[in-house]
Amino acid sequence: MSELSGTPLLQVEGAKTYYGKIQALKGVDVVVHPGEIVTLIGANGAGKSTLMMTICGNPRAREGRILFEGRDITNLPTHEIARLRIAQSPEGRRIFPRMTVFENLQMGAAIDNLAYFDEDVERMFTLFPRLKERIAQRGGTLSGGEQQMLAIARALMARPKLLMLDEPSLGLAPLIVKQIFDAIAELNRKEGLTVFLVEQNAYHALKLAHRGYVLVNGSVTMSGPGRELLEKPEIRAAYLEGGAH
Amino acid sequence: MAGATRKDTDGLNAAAAVKDAILAGVIALGIFGPLVGLKSEQNMRNELVLTTRWGLVAIIVGIVIVGRFLLTTVIWPTLRARKMRDKPAPTAAQIARRSAIAKWFPSTSLVFLFLYPAIVVSLVGFQGSLKWVDNFGIQILIYVMLGWGLNIVVGLAGLLDLGYVAFYAVGAYSYALLSIHFGLSFWLLLPLAGILAALWGIMLGFPVLRLRGDYLAIVTLAFGEIIRLVLINFRELTNGSAGISSIPKITLFGIPFDASPNGFAKMFGLPLSSAYYKIFLYYLILLLALLTAYVTIRLRRLPVGRAWEALREDEIACRSLGINTTNTKLTAFALGAMFGGFAGSFFAARQGFVSPESFVFMESAVIVAIVVLGGMGSMIGVALAAVAMIGGTEMLRELDFLKAVFGNNFDPDQFRMLFFGLAMVLVMIWKPRGFVGAREPTVFLAERKSISSSLVKEGHG
Repeated sequence: MSELSGTPLLQVEGAKTYYGKIQALKGVDVVVHPGEIVTLIGANGAGKSTLMMTICGNPRAREGRILFEGRDITNLPTHEIARLRIAQSPEGRRIFPRMTVFENLQMGAAIDNLAYFDEDVERMFTLFPRLKERIAQRGGTLSGGEQQMLAIARALMARPKLLMLDEPSLGLAPLIVKQIFDAIAELNRKEGLTVFLVEQNAYHALKLAHRGYVLVNGSVTMSGPGRELLEKPEIRAAYLEGGAH
Repeated sequence: MAGATRKDTDGLNAAAAVKDAILAGVIALGIFGPLVGLKSEQNMRNELVLTTRWGLVAIIVGIVIVGRFLLTTVIWPTLRARKMRDKPAPTAAQIARRSAIAKWFPSTSLVFLFLYPAIVVSLVGFQGSLKWVDNFGIQILIYVMLGWGLNIVVGLAGLLDLGYVAFYAVGAYSYALLSIHFGLSFWLLLPLAGILAALWGIMLGFPVLRLRGDYLAIVTLAFGEIIRLVLINFRELTNGSAGISSIPKITLFGIPFDASPNGFAKMFGLPLSSAYYKIFLYYLILLLALLTAYVTIRLRRLPVGRAWEALREDEIACRSLGINTTNTKLTAFALGAMFGGFAGSFFAARQGFVSPESFVFMESAVIVAIVVLGGMGSMIGVALAAVAMIGGTEMLRELDFLKAVFGNNFDPDQFRMLFFGLAMVLVMIWKPRGFVGAREPTVFLAERKSISSSLVKEGHG
């Protein structure tokens, strides 16, 4: 899909991010076009989550630029970036544990002040019927899979142009992972939602994604269509052998 | 269930329990005999004279023996039995009763609060009512209001503020100084004091925006101390530690509560009594506290209130959802401070005297304790905790009969912090989430499911 024309939705150009003196990203370039599912795979500590957080401005890229719809957002405050309709389901899900499922979804719709809330909440319940059963339950009492669904639904409540997911499969049973990935594929197919997916589960992620990037020690070492990457022996050796369930 | 039935089941253990209790008594005698029983005093010729207090030792040892016996025979077995028994799932009737209590308790207690002065007056007359309306009613309600104000900052927004008393002080001094120097009335200065306190809240808020948890607690604590030290040392304005006295009283729409011809008593042809003013103050603080509660309840359902709670739960998630955490924190600080300022100006008007003595760290600690004991974020819980802590303290003053036991020098009031601490420890053991631990959702759906807090991880419920 690299032949897509027009302005990309998201462009990361030579992003370098540091934690104190430690360099986590060593000049990363990533492009996401509208309507694509792009995945970023890599081992523990490769900088996947750092890249996602850098796009959100926390921590900031010390060098390089991040463009969203052609606009430089590198130095915008995190909440302003979110208001441009970049929604994320962060690492560790970070739902609000003492608030109910319903209230969590309300928080997701905060940037529109609940303007489309009723309509959107119904869509979420069709997408994740499990959440409807749990509507009055507190977030902290949900199972891991339900929490992940809630985190994604909460992000979707903001009507995002770009949905960023950080390891949605982490710690979940294969069946639940499949449900969640199916839901992402459906959103992309039906609504043309653009998704940036950070994953360790390389097999699932690359199967789902149109394009993929491989991050190793803070640099992108490989990129290309998901299916192609899946066939590459280096990738099979590093991320898939014995891991493709 | 302790008496007869238990003896049958634990008949064999009774002898062992007695032995155990006596052993404990011997140990207590060994410890307290020399410590308490022997006392050295200086006599007129500067000699040390050994006096003995064997009676007191006997009382202590007796308490230890009886206490140990009760522990081994009654208390521990009961606790153990309770633990062994699986908690039965609450029956439908129990759930119904609980929700009925939850539904009716606020309104009934509200009716009671409004009738309270009338009940007290009818029971003990106008003169006798002074103590009950002033020491109990007004005093407790001030702390209820402070608790509810701090609840916005600590309970809802999750920002641990150990210097809340600073805003109370700002409110009190604002009223005291402005009413004395400019002769402005309470009704004008009340909102002004609130606004000034809110400004100070924002001033505190700005530097601490990036801090959370322990770090925030320490900075706010320091802020409270700074305000107090400024009040002590800025003598030209605040008269230092001597304080400001003869602060004007509050008038009822211009009618003063004094013996003058146009005073309240004369105007309505009533006998002179200071009780009217106290009852008036009681209703005033009651209304102020209810205003705090009303505003808080309303705000919880608005975006800003939801944002506070979300901020308490997870700041990073909040930001990624497009919430401006800076503004959210500042509004929480400002609003909490504003109610502290209201309470402060009321306090100044009621006492007629303010000094830095009233705004020490202990006050902040008590208010935080009220919020924590009540169950962070729960309005009813905070009110109950204020009644327990402040009412309990006042009750201690009433325990004169203890003098018969511990001698005339015994002042139960001096032990109040000891009881405070003990009560806090006990409550935290039995109800670690405070009196009302479960958070009320702000949106009610057709059917409510109640989930016991014991099913949820600590701090994550």
